[in-house]
Amino acid sequence: MQPAIAVRQLIKTYSEGEAKVTALRGVDLDVHAGEVVMLMGPSGSGKTTLLSIMGCILTATTGSVRLSGREVVGLNQKQLPAIRLEQIGFVFQGFNLFPTLTAGENVELMLDLKGVRGATAKNRSQELLEQVGLGQKYNSFPDDLSGGQKQRVAIARALAGDPQIILADEPTAALDSQTGRTVMQMMKDLAHKRDRAVVIVTHDPRVAEFADRTVHIEDGLVVKKSDIEIPKELLLTNEFDTTLTAI
Amino acid sequence: MPPLAQRNLFHDKVRLTVTLTGIVFAVVLIVVELGLFVGFTVTTSGLVDHSNADLWVTSKHVPYVELGVPYSERKLYQVRAVPGVAEAQKVVSRWAQWKRADGRNESVQIVGLNPDSVMENPWNLVQGSVQDLKQPDAVILDDIYKDKLAVHHIGEIFEINGRRARVVGFTHGIRSFTTSPYVFTTFKRAQDYVSLPEDQTIFVLVKLAPGANVEQVRRDIASSVQNIEVFTSHEFSRMTQVYWMFTTGAGVAVLLAALLGLVVGFVVVAQTIYATTMDHLREYGTLKAMGAPNSYVYKVIIKQAAMSAVLGYVLGMIVSAFVVKASQSGGAAILLPLPMAIGMFFLTLTMCVSAALVSISKVTSLDPAMVFKG
Repeated sequence: MQPAIAVRQLIKTYSEGEAKVTALRGVDLDVHAGEVVMLMGPSGSGKTTLLSIMGCILTATTGSVRLSGREVVGLNQKQLPAIRLEQIGFVFQGFNLFPTLTAGENVELMLDLKGVRGATAKNRSQELLEQVGLGQKYNSFPDDLSGGQKQRVAIARALAGDPQIILADEPTAALDSQTGRTVMQMMKDLAHKRDRAVVIVTHDPRVAEFADRTVHIEDGLVVKKSDIEIPKELLLTNEFDTTLTAI
Repeated sequence: MPPLAQRNLFHDKVRLTVTLTGIVFAVVLIVVELGLFVGFTVTTSGLVDHSNADLWVTSKHVPYVELGVPYSERKLYQVRAVPGVAEAQKVVSRWAQWKRADGRNESVQIVGLNPDSVMENPWNLVQGSVQDLKQPDAVILDDIYKDKLAVHHIGEIFEINGRRARVVGFTHGIRSFTTSPYVFTTFKRAQDYVSLPEDQTIFVLVKLAPGANVEQVRRDIASSVQNIEVFTSHEFSRMTQVYWMFTTGAGVAVLLAALLGLVVGFVVVAQTIYATTMDHLREYGTLKAMGAPNSYVYKVIIKQAAMSAVLGYVLGMIVSAFVVKASQSGGAAILLPLPMAIGMFFLTLTMCVSAALVSISKVTSLDPAMVFKG
């Protein structure tokens, strides 16, 4: 089966004045629909750069990135937004909700970008909020929501575009551990029950258990999982409450 | 589109207030200055525009209505003999000194006319009639200048260049650009007031016969009468306006002040919209990361600018309406004709949208990768 994301020999070099910094030194990675892949590694290892390139936000220096079989390296800045809109849903560390819009309107914004408007957009937005357990919060502004609720609105917004790929950057970093676990379970459900390819960048080894695979990156290279031992005491147990509305 | 622009605009009330203050300030300043310009322009040529004449016959090289040069009255009869001329009348327009009851002198502009003619009569009469000018020493002046000339009521006696003048009527709103009020009287009496020889006139005004070709009659007058020039009322009006508004620089100063208003408004609006954009930069980055094309983000910013423009325009025009109304009783009228009000709307809109372009250039260069930075 064709992977949702296929990365081959990916190199990314930044110019800093006259100096050149290589953030990725030839990364290979496949992510399939229905699996959760966790990208882990120390700060500056290149994991966010990899996520950004897979998300068509950054362009690669050389190499290949195929999303659902389509090569995206070499596409220009006018073509990349369309790919993002079509295929990718983002979940950010800081939620990145629009504070002046209600939860429902935040979701509607994504639908609007996809050309869905009016009553259809409103109904779909309501439906998506219900799916993440926030059906009653349609008219609430982000400032009136808890961190976990905000992240669930962000997930509903990411889903509004009906993407095949969900890319999440430290989605639990701003959440307490219980809320973080619930959000992670939701991400896992997206992969397993809705057949999405989910890639999560995290520093937090405690959420690793939600991954089907963990890819460790150091100095711009993928390091085999067996090369890095995750301390057992940092791993979470499975005894968490998945009741979404409890957040 | 969800109401992102509206919400961003109204979210920060202080910034909205600053933005609207800037726009209102610009609108009022531009309206006042342009209104003054229009008011002055209309005022300079009022005597020509309300003359009800088709042609003005002047001495050679007369640049504007206040600077008429006397010529022989015989030319009046030569003009009357030209085919297509239905009526020709002598008119005097010259400065003189008005002596107030308290002994002070004020400069006035005497307009001598024929009360039986339809041409060059005082307009907007609110007291008295043109026929009252046939009474001895009769003059009509504008009630705006009552204080300036120390006139209180009809029947009062004054002196113009040492000769008796009795007020028999008032007009309303006939302003003089030179600040010397117009004093209407008969042609004969005007000759006395300004010491114009009996056989001379300053202008001859022509009313064409129905169906006569204005250009033909004008050519015929010019060829049959020596040492004169013939202008249509429109031409002579324009010459007078151009002289006062541009040759003297008065109009240029007013237009520069209007331009200043536009620049100040632009800068204030550009600054506040830019600051608002900077506040919401992360949101715009998120929009771009989500796949929104630049045009989508531009729409949000332009919509915000356009809404600011509409609100600022409405508030600015309300303030301007009060200023315009207040000016009606003063010596300098600020006019706000409908085309100018409509033009102001588009000018305000253009000003605000152009101001938003500064923000748009910032958003264009915005890297959506910023969403992954903290």
